[in-house]
Amino acid sequence: MIGAGLNEFCNWLAATPLSHTIQTAGWIIPALQTVHILSVAVVFSSAILVDLRIWQLLERDVPLGEITRRFLPTIWPILFILLSTGSLLIIGEPRRSLLNSTFYLKMALLAVAIVLTIALQRSTSSSPNFWERNRSRRIAGRLAASVSILVWCGILFAGRWIAYTQAG
Amino acid sequence: MLTLSEFISYFEDSVLADNIRENDLLFPLIESVHVVSICLVVGSILVIDLRLLGLASIDRPVSRIVKAILPLTWSAFAVAAASGFLLFISNATKYLENGYFDAKLLLICAAGLNMAVFHGISAKDLPRWEHEAALPFPARLAGGFSILLWVAVVTCGRWIGFTMQVH
Repeated sequence: MIGAGLNEFCNWLAATPLSHTIQTAGWIIPALQTVHILSVAVVFSSAILVDLRIWQLLERDVPLGEITRRFLPTIWPILFILLSTGSLLIIGEPRRSLLNSTFYLKMALLAVAIVLTIALQRSTSSSPNFWERNRSRRIAGRLAASVSILVWCGILFAGRWIAYTQAG
Repeated sequence: MLTLSEFISYFEDSVLADNIRENDLLFPLIESVHVVSICLVVGSILVIDLRLLGLASIDRPVSRIVKAILPLTWSAFAVAAASGFLLFISNATKYLENGYFDAKLLLICAAGLNMAVFHGISAKDLPRWEHEAALPFPARLAGGFSILLWVAVVTCGRWIGFTMQVH
């Protein structure tokens, strides 16, 4: 059974010395969450600024390719910080996320966001006006930008919701 | 005359505050909106701060970046303030007694003051130097202060959650 194995894994993880340290020093979890949320702010804002540019809401006179080159590459190193702090938070409180369906929803949404970001970065680096070349491209671009905004908001909502849906 | 505590309890005793306190979904929902908007405030302002420090977008004049970014920052700040106010009135007395909450409010005021000083004094001769990569010291100082203050705001915000046991 996956459920039983996962439960056992959580118990094992929670019994490791690292988990014990994270649990017992009261400042570590809020500090990790602070770094995590500041990193979320950078990644989220970078993605949203590009999405708003696709909707022609800012920097209209700058080619989309230049905007994506300015904002999207930052996402990847910061995403590494997010994965590191996120992993440490899981090690500290395994049951809080690993036995929580909201956490898996967040990870699924993150996968979608990553795919969207890669697609956007690739398409505009080879041709800066890829999403503005004709009417159907423009519509597709705006659709992708809207999905991106919704998915990123979903990630942040799910992140906050993990605290309210955790198993006992 | 209305005292501060009477003013606070007027909101805290309202039906709205009661709903936020008692409804299981409303508090996390408003909290999520608060997180989304704060992330946009901090992330967007960082774009300007890094330009002031000469660390990003150095090929673009400062006023162009400010004009593109600030409307988003202010819109997000309005949402963050409104959602923050709703969270606050659900337990106003306890929030005011929390040191991290008071510090957070003061730090936001300090960030606003830093911004006002930059726009009002340091940026008076902006057209003369805004195209350069390395900006005058007061401009770099404003960018540096802004980053430190907003990091402190977020830190206090997260610490409120660990020092207030309302949920």
